[in-house]
Amino acid sequence: MPDASTSAKGDLKLVNLTKSFGEFKAVDDLTLTIPEGSFFALLGPSGCGKTTTLRMIAGLEDPTSGKISIGSTDITDKRPYQRPVNTVFQNYALFPHLTIFENIAFGLRRRGIKDVKAQVDKVLNLVELPHLADRKPTQLSGGQQQRIAVARAIVNRPALLLLDEPLGALDLKLRRQMQIELKWIQTEVGLTFVHVTHDQEEAMTMADTIAVMNEGRIEQMGTPAELYDNPKTAFVANFLGQSNLIQGSIVDSDGDYHVVDLHGQKVKVLKSRTHSKTSSVLYAIRPEKLRIDTDGHIRPGNVFKGGHIVDVSYIGVSTQYQVEMPWGQEIMVFEQNDDGIPPLDKGDEVTLTFEPAFAFALDGSQDATAGSEVNPEEE
Amino acid sequence: MAAVVRASGTATSELKKKSLVPYLLLAPGLLWLALFFVAPIITLVGTATKTPGAGIGEFIQTYRWANYWDALTGASAQFGRSFLYAFIATLLALAIAYPLAYGIAFKSGKYKNILLVLVVAPFFCSFILRTIAWKQILGQNGPVYRTLLDLHLISSTTHLTASVPAVIIGLAYNFLPFMTLPLYGSLERIDPRVLEASGDLYANAFTTFRKVTVPLSMPGVVAGTLLTFIPAAGDYVNAEILGNPSTKMIGNVINAQFLNTQDYPTAAALSFILMIAISIMVMIYVRKAGTEELV
Ligand SMILES: Nc1ncnc2c1ncn2[C@@H]1O[C@H](COP(=O)(O)OP(=O)(O)O)[C@@H](O)[C@H]1O
Ligand SMILES: [Mg+2]
Repeated sequence: MPDASTSAKGDLKLVNLTKSFGEFKAVDDLTLTIPEGSFFALLGPSGCGKTTTLRMIAGLEDPTSGKISIGSTDITDKRPYQRPVNTVFQNYALFPHLTIFENIAFGLRRRGIKDVKAQVDKVLNLVELPHLADRKPTQLSGGQQQRIAVARAIVNRPALLLLDEPLGALDLKLRRQMQIELKWIQTEVGLTFVHVTHDQEEAMTMADTIAVMNEGRIEQMGTPAELYDNPKTAFVANFLGQSNLIQGSIVDSDGDYHVVDLHGQKVKVLKSRTHSKTSSVLYAIRPEKLRIDTDGHIRPGNVFKGGHIVDVSYIGVSTQYQVEMPWGQEIMVFEQNDDGIPPLDKGDEVTLTFEPAFAFALDGSQDATAGSEVNPEEE
Repeated sequence: MAAVVRASGTATSELKKKSLVPYLLLAPGLLWLALFFVAPIITLVGTATKTPGAGIGEFIQTYRWANYWDALTGASAQFGRSFLYAFIATLLALAIAYPLAYGIAFKSGKYKNILLVLVVAPFFCSFILRTIAWKQILGQNGPVYRTLLDLHLISSTTHLTASVPAVIIGLAYNFLPFMTLPLYGSLERIDPRVLEASGDLYANAFTTFRKVTVPLSMPGVVAGTLLTFIPAAGDYVNAEILGNPSTKMIGNVINAQFLNTQDYPTAAALSFILMIAISIMVMIYVRKAGTEELV
C-alpha cells in the first residue's frame, strides 16, 4: 500500500459540504479552508453537526453533496484507509485486544513501515507514557487512554489530525492540563489539528483559528480575539463569553461612529463594528467593559443613566452585578475588585459608563438570546 | 486494576471473619451440585467396576478396574470416529454460523430480532423429528438428491443418506444454534467505533476483519465451538438416523450397552472415559485459545 500520509499535503478545503439525514440537514452547505499546520477549532453547541463534519473529513460518512480536498488532492471519494487523515475518537476507541504498543503500531504496520519499534517508542516518549507499552487499554486511566489515542494517531504523521471532543470524558483539572499538553504536542509535531469542542474556553485556549458552528452552518470564523472582540452575530456574541444585547436603532452619524438610540438614551458605536444592513440594531457591550460610576464623577464616553442594582454576586477577583435599566432590561456588569472600594448594595442607583470603541452593533432582527441558553459546562 | 484488586482483597478478608452469608448463599447451589452431579458420578464410577452376577442384568461390585481398559479397547474405533465427526461438524458449523452471526450483528438492521428468533426456531421442534427430516431432505426423492443428480454431480447409484457426510451434516445442523448465539453475542458487543478506528488507521475492510473483528470475537468462537463439539461428540441420534453400521459413534455404543446388551459396567466405563476425554480436550483448548485475556 502506498504511504498515504505523504501523498497529500496542504490546506484542507471543504466546499459546499452538505450532509442530510432524511429531511434533516446536519451539515448545511459548509465552505471553509483550514490552513496547513494550524490548530483549528470547530466550536458549537451539541447537535450542531461538528461530529458529522469530522466524520465526513475522515471518510466515515459520505457527504450528500460538496467536496473535500487536501492541498490539490480531492479526497471526497476516497475510503477512510486511503486518506492521510487520522482521528482521535470521542471515546478513544483503542483496540481492547492489543497492547498499548500494538495499538500505536497498528497504523504503521498496515502501511508496512520498517522501524515500527523506534517510531512507537518516540511517540510514547512524547506523551510521556513509555512505561505503559505492554499494558492493555483497560488497565489505563482515562487521561492515559486519551494520550495513547493521540499517540496512535500522530505516529502516522497524517496531513490532518481530527480530534472529536478529545477531552470531554476527563475531569476539569485534567482537561485544563491536557489542553496545554495537546497544544504543546501540536507545536512539537507541526501537524494540522482540527479540534471539535462545545467548550468555548477550550477552543479559545488552544486554537489559532476558531469556526463557530450553529445548526449545520458556520456563524463566524477568526482568531479567538477577533471572535470575542468583534462578533458578527448574536449567537457568537452570546456563545463566546457573555454579552449585553440591547434593542435600538441608528439615528445619526458622527465621524467614524453611528449614534444609536436605546430606549431614549443616545450612545455611539464604531461604524466598522456595526454589522447590520438596516438601522435596527442589537447594541452590544461585554459585561467586563462596563464600569459603575456613582453620581459624583461620571467618566466621559458612553453613558447608561438611571440603573439600579438588583443583584450582587461577590466572587473574589470580581463582583458581578445585575443592573435594571429604566426600560426594564437587566444588564450584567463585571467589576474587578482592584480598587479597595467595597461592593455596592442592592437597590443602589448607578450610572454605567464605557469606552465607545468597545461596543459593537448587530443586526436587530436576530433573537437577542441566541446561543446563550446553551451552557457548555452542563453537558 | 491491580490496586483495585488489592484494596478489595483486604475488604473481603475482613468480611470473611464476620459473616457466614456468602456460604449460606452458596449452600443451595452446592447441595444441587452434590445431589445431581457428584452423586451420579460416584455411582457411575462404581458401576463401571462391577462384574456379572448370577441373573441377567445383575452385577456385583468386585472393583475390577480393568473394565475401563476393556471398554476403551473394545470401542476405540467409535471413540476416534466420535471425535473426528464432532470435530468436522464443529468446523462446518463455525463456517456457517460465523457469517450468519456477523450478518445478524452488523448488517440486519431492523430485522435483527426476527433473525435471532429464526436461529432458535428449530428448538420448537423435536430433535429427533428434525433429524428424521434431514433423512427426507437428503433422501432419493428429496430436493438435494434430485438437484445434484440433475447437475450430474452424483450418479443414481450414490446414496446421500446412511453415509458419513449425512451424519456430519446432521450434527452440524443440530448444534448450529449453539454455535451461532455465542458468536452473535460477542460480535454484537464489538464497539463499532473500534472498527472505524481500524479503517481510520489504514486497514481495509478485510484487514479490519482479520485484525480486529476476529480477535474480538474469540470468546464467542471458543464458547460456540465448545457448545457444539461437546454434545456432538456424545451424540447418537444423528449416527442412528442418518448413518449406517460403520458410522457408529461412542454414543451409539453406550446406548446399546445400556438398553440392548444391558452391560451396565461397560456402558458406565465408556461414559466416564468419554467425560474425562472431553474435559481434557476442553482444558487444553481453552488454554491454547487464551480467552481469559480477552474478556
Ligand atoms: N446517523 C444519523 N442519523 C440521523 N441523524 C443523525 C445521524 N448522525 C447525526 N445525526 C443528527 O445530526 C445532528 C448533528 O449531529 P452531530 O454531528 O453528532 O452533532 P455534534 O457533534 O455537533 O454534537 C444531530 O441532530 C444528530 O441527531
Ligand atoms: Mg459530537
